This record gives sequence, structure tokens and C-alpha cells, in this order.
Amino acid sequence: MVLKIFFPQCCNRADSGLLVGRWIAGHDSAVVLAVIHYPFIPGQVKQYVQQMQAQSGVELSVLGSWSLPKDGQEGMESFLRDLSTIFPQKCWLQISRQMGKTGFTCNILNRAQNGGAAQQEVTKKKDEEDVKSDGEAGGEEEDKEEEEEKVIFVHYEQRKVMLSQLHPIENGVPDPKTDPPSELRQMFQTVAHSQPLFFLDKYDDGPLKSTHWQSEGREASIIVELLKQASVPLCLLLSCLLSLWTWICNIRIFSLHPLRFLSSKLSTCVQLSYRTQHMRTLSSPKPAAGHTQFMRKANILVSFLVDVALGMLLISWLYRDNHITMLANTLVPAADHVAKELEELLQWLMGAPAGLKMNRALDQVLGRFFLYHIHLWISYIHLMSPFIEGILWYGGLSACLGLTFALSLLSDMVALLTFHIYCFYVYGARLYCMKIYGLSSLWRLFRGKKWNVLRQRVDSCSYDLDKLFIGTLLFTILLFLLPTTALYYLVFTLLRLVVVLFQGVLHLSVDFINSFPLFAVGLRICRSYRLAEGVKFRVLCDEPGTALHLLMELNPLKCSTVVQTYRTPTYSCYPKDSWAALVKKLFVGELIYPWRHKTTKAD
Amino acid sequence: MEDEAFTDINGKAISLDCQSHSSFCREFTVSSSKVSIGKVMVYTCSVWLLSYAVFFFTENTAVLSSAIVITLVGMMLHIHFVKVDHESLLVIGSLGIQVSSNYASGRETTTFIEMSKIKDIVINEAIYMHQIIYYLCVLLKDPSEPNAVSSVVPLFQSSKPRLNCLVKVYKSCQEILSKC
Repeated sequence: MVLKIFFPQCCNRADSGLLVGRWIAGHDSAVVLAVIHYPFIPGQVKQYVQQMQAQSGVELSVLGSWSLPKDGQEGMESFLRDLSTIFPQKCWLQISRQMGKTGFTCNILNRAQNGGAAQQEVTKKKDEEDVKSDGEAGGEEEDKEEEEEKVIFVHYEQRKVMLSQLHPIENGVPDPKTDPPSELRQMFQTVAHSQPLFFLDKYDDGPLKSTHWQSEGREASIIVELLKQASVPLCLLLSCLLSLWTWICNIRIFSLHPLRFLSSKLSTCVQLSYRTQHMRTLSSPKPAAGHTQFMRKANILVSFLVDVALGMLLISWLYRDNHITMLANTLVPAADHVAKELEELLQWLMGAPAGLKMNRALDQVLGRFFLYHIHLWISYIHLMSPFIEGILWYGGLSACLGLTFALSLLSDMVALLTFHIYCFYVYGARLYCMKIYGLSSLWRLFRGKKWNVLRQRVDSCSYDLDKLFIGTLLFTILLFLLPTTALYYLVFTLLRLVVVLFQGVLHLSVDFINSFPLFAVGLRICRSYRLAEGVKFRVLCDEPGTALHLLMELNPLKCSTVVQTYRTPTYSCYPKDSWAALVKKLFVGELIYPWRHKTTKAD
Repeated sequence: MEDEAFTDINGKAISLDCQSHSSFCREFTVSSSKVSIGKVMVYTCSVWLLSYAVFFFTENTAVLSSAIVITLVGMMLHIHFVKVDHESLLVIGSLGIQVSSNYASGRETTTFIEMSKIKDIVINEAIYMHQIIYYLCVLLKDPSEPNAVSSVVPLFQSSKPRLNCLVKVYKSCQEILSKC
């Protein structure tokens, strides 16, 4: 078997001492975590290792010895061998490195075999001589001598491995049914969990000195600590406000039928409830359990802050130089202009649109009906016009809650201001729908069939002569009137679709701001090792005679995967219909649902 | 370390580089042919001729500048995302298999498959366009069923070497896999 030793890069130049780490059961691999230097008292080392084991929950043990002889420290071999009797282990690693050489050599003392400490020289200086003198034959001999025992050194960067999170994430306790986590995952977990081991500073004046990764002090750590302290009362305050807010929301008057229906349709209300839910997640006093929870919280916080910052930018633009008045002054003429265009469109439809010859009577009736509607709408807008500036002024304040609120409010205002287009669409659609249904049932009558409601199928049926006559007559009339209705329906559906498309774009941008995992993407860009997809190995040195040395690097997660994994789930504003279903609905004349955009698709 | 003349399925010359780091760690690198200057010239010239033709009729200089931008961006995208310079396979006994491909721009994509997930390495046949080709692939274990194969990872996907090259890689891979 091949023995794998994961060796931290920071210990490459450590002074001689004891290797502390963990054997990964079932995989023949050892993770070296730290080197404890000479001189030490073995009892203290044992005590320290036990203490660390209790703190970290990792099965730590003394793996073996490490020697990097410096001047005047020769002849330690026998001493190192004796150490193995002090720390009883199944396997005792004796790793040594010569100054000025890159490769390590490793001896494994196996206690299990031959009762005592049977020694197996794995890679020796002798090998080199063998290879030189005997060539191939010598190599073969050496193979037999080794008894299939080989060593791979895998060098890893302790800090990066400790901080990184291997994807796909496996949270919580693994199922006992499935296999234990893979070797690499176990190795990552070991390094991540043994953080208490890394707190021992090399400048500390304790009985033990050790080499491992140690933080050089965080930048601005005082500010971070202060923020941590401040976040607790902030969270409490936030949760108090939230409970007050939910209490207000739960008052009975809001759950009455029309209000509830209205609030589920207004995108501002939806965004408000969504933000409340987010805030509830953020303000929970418990610290985040696990990586996923933490990333979720961080993503929510960052996107909230960015949202508010964008909203502030918008506010600073709106309330400077009287932009609001300008907007209000352009809004009413714009509405007038739209109404005038609509009137012209209707006039055009009432004549001979695109050279089509319509049924004149029906055409006139429909046209007048819609003209009257526009007239009503315009008078309504003019009635509103003095208040529009005030509405805009107070509505603009909502942007301080975030850009998303301003956008949702804009979407709602568009929905309200284009209410006449929606009405036209509904009238057109209802008329068209009735005609289509009438035609289809009369077509069945025409063929001597009828729809059996009980059996949900078409049955044949013998009609009386007068029934047939009347039915055929009605069928003809409906058929000839259909093009006129269809034309009105087509024009107003197109108008409605334009409005819906605009609203859809607004909703998509709101959804994007709400759900984009900014924190995760930032981590991926600035600290790419934090989110690792896997590892990659590079062969470091392959001098014959020394063990194989590999460098383990972290493979950062792909950006698309980052977005996919950490996207905050939002209220699904994506349409449930497929394109085909939508076209079918439009063709039959069923309503595409009122204010929720169902036509725009992001995917 | 030995180089032999190999060809890919289209008959272009590729080179196979076997590097034995130790008795249980070998690296195979298949370098495919480089971008030929003739091909680049043909594509560039065709785009520019087309744009000149359009310019001749429309007399709009934006067409010419867009043609330059298109060729430059197209070349950059090609060497960054499409053109694979060499692919390598690093087999480390009892640790795993690492598959990496280096693009002409220097971008490298690497995946490492742990030994516990690997079932075997085999040479497989596939229908590709109008021909049947051989390819080397790694069979992955199904975690729930130890004997079933959950998925297949094809190797040397872009260089597509011929069978004689594949057999050579296959034999030395099996040598390592059987040892560990």
C-alpha cells in the first residue's frame, strides 16, 4: 500500500520535533497538523494533545518525529527511534530532511510486525546508490525489499485548507447508511476542526513550542470585534421592530378580503413581506449554524446594503434640482399623449384598418364603447393631476428602504396608470372568448354532434330541423362577426403585452437585486480558495531515491456554480406557463393574469 | 519520456509524452497540433472581404471597424475557450486521477477524481459523426451500488488520439491501478 502524508507547507523549515496530527482511518493516510519542538517533556505533550483533542473533537495523536538537523545536532537517529516507545502508536513515522536538499526521507517503524519495532526503510540513500550501480536490476531488488510500502508527501497550505469549504456541501451529520466521507473531505474536515491547535503562538512562553500556521493578527481586528459586540443589541432592536411590524400586519382589518387580495397583487406589498422575512433571518440572535446558513445570511446582508445604497443614490438624484416636479409635469402630458394615440388608433380601427372590410355596425359599437372609456380615463387623470407631485414626493421616500422598493412602487404605478389598457384587454378578451366558445359549440351542432358534460366527450346527437336551422344561422353570423372582434382583441392584447413586458423587466431587476449572491461572488473573486470545488495536484520534485512530493492546490469554484449554489430563493415570479401554453391561451382568449407578469421569461 | 509519432482521428500529428515520476505516479500529456497560420489567415480574410463587400454597398465605415473588432474578439475567444493546447492525465496510485486541459491562452481546467470513486479505466467505442472512434474513459462508482457504474468521464476529449496511443496510455494506467 501507499502511505499518504499530508504535510503543511509552513512546517517545511520547522526545527526538529514531534509531528502531531491524525491518522485517517481506512485510507492509509496521515494528516500532519503541527510540529512540537525539542525540548519537551513527554508527559506534557501527551496532556497537551489530549486537551486539544477534547477541544477540537479530532482524534489527534503524535504521528512521529521530524528532524531537520542543524549544525551541531548530529546523531539523533537513535534518540528519534527511542521516542516511539514513549508514544505508543501502531505506526511511527520518522521524517527527516537534510539541509540544502528538497526531498524528505521517511522511515516507518511498524510496531505491529515482529512484536517490537520492526523497521522498514522506505526510501534510503542506499536506493540511489543501487540505482546508480545496478541500474534496472537494482531497482527491482529494492522493490522486493520495500514490501510494497511507499510514501507520498502531499504538501498543503494550512491556512487555505483550513478556511476553504469543499463543494458540493455536505451539511450536518452524514448518513450512517452511505459511505463515510471521502479521504479528501476527511482531510479538509480535520484541518478545519483543529483550529484550537493553531492558537498556540510561537512567541508564547509556555512549556511547549510548536510550528504550524498561525494568524499574523487580522487587519482592523479591533473594528471587527467592536462590530461583533455592537451587532447583538442591533439584532435585538431589529427583532423588536420586526415583532411590532408583524403585529401591525396581523391586525384584523388587513386580513379582510379586498385588502388581502389587493396586497397580494401589489408588488410593493410583496416586496415588503419578502424583506420582512429577510430581516427576520438576519436578526435571529443565534449565530449561523453551518456554512450554508452563514453564506445565506451574509448574502442577504450584503444585497440589502447594496440595495439601500442604490436607493440612496436614487434619492439623492430625485430630490436634487426639483427632479420630482419635472417628472410630475411630464407624466400628465405623457398620459394625455397616450390617450390621444389610443383615440387615433380607435378611429383607425373604426374605419377600414389596413384595408380590411369590417362589419360596420359592430365596429362602430365597439369603437364608441372604447372611446367613451378613454374619455373617462382622461378625466380621471386630470382629476388626479394636482396630487401627482405629492404622490411622487412621498413615493420617492420609499427608495430609502432600497432600490427594490422604488422599482416595485414604479411597477405598481405603471399598473395603475395603464388600468384602461388592462380594461380594454379584458373586454376584448371576454368578447373574443365568448365568440370562440360559441363558434366551437355551434360547429359541433353543424356536424350533428354535441358535448356530453357528464362523460366529458363529444357524442353524436340527432337535432330537430328548426334547431339545426337556428344553430346554423347563428354560426354564420358569429363567423362573419369574428374578424372584427378578433382585430380589436389583437390590438389591445398587443398593447397589454407591452405593459406587461415593461413590468416584467422591473420585476426581474427587483428579483435580481434580491437574489444575487453578492457576498459569495465577492469571496470567489477576492478569496478564491474559500469556495473550493476540489483540489489539483502538481508534482513537486521527482528525484529518484526520495519519496514523491505533490503540491496540493485548491481548485476554485466556477462562477456559474457559485451563483447557482448561493442564489437566495425568492418568491417565484417566473411564469408557470410555457411559451406554447401562453400562445394557446392568447389564441383562445383566456386572460393572462392581471398584474402579475406572466409573459416575460428569464430562462 | 519517449516520443513516438501518433495521429488523432483526423490524421493530424499529435504527440504523447509519458513522464514517470515514480513507480506509482505517471503523467501523460497529449499535445494537439498548434493553430495553423493559414487557417487564421483564411478566416480573417473571409471576414474582412465580406465586410468590404458590405461597405461597398452601404458606404458605412462602422462595418469595417466592427469587422476588425469581430476578428480580434473571435480570435481571443477561440484561444481562450476553444483551442486546447494540451491535455494531461496524472495517475497517482491510491490517491486518484487528475485530468487537466490547458487552453492555448494558458487557461487551465482541472478535475481530480479520488481513487475511492474510480471503478476502472477502459477504452470505449463511440459513434462520432459518421465514424466509430475509440476513447479512453474513467468509470465512476455508484456510491449506493458498488458494482454499478454511475457515470463515465471521457479523457482526451479534444485531442481524440487514435487507438495505438490510447492502448499505450491504457496499459500503463492499468499497471498502476492494479498495483494499488
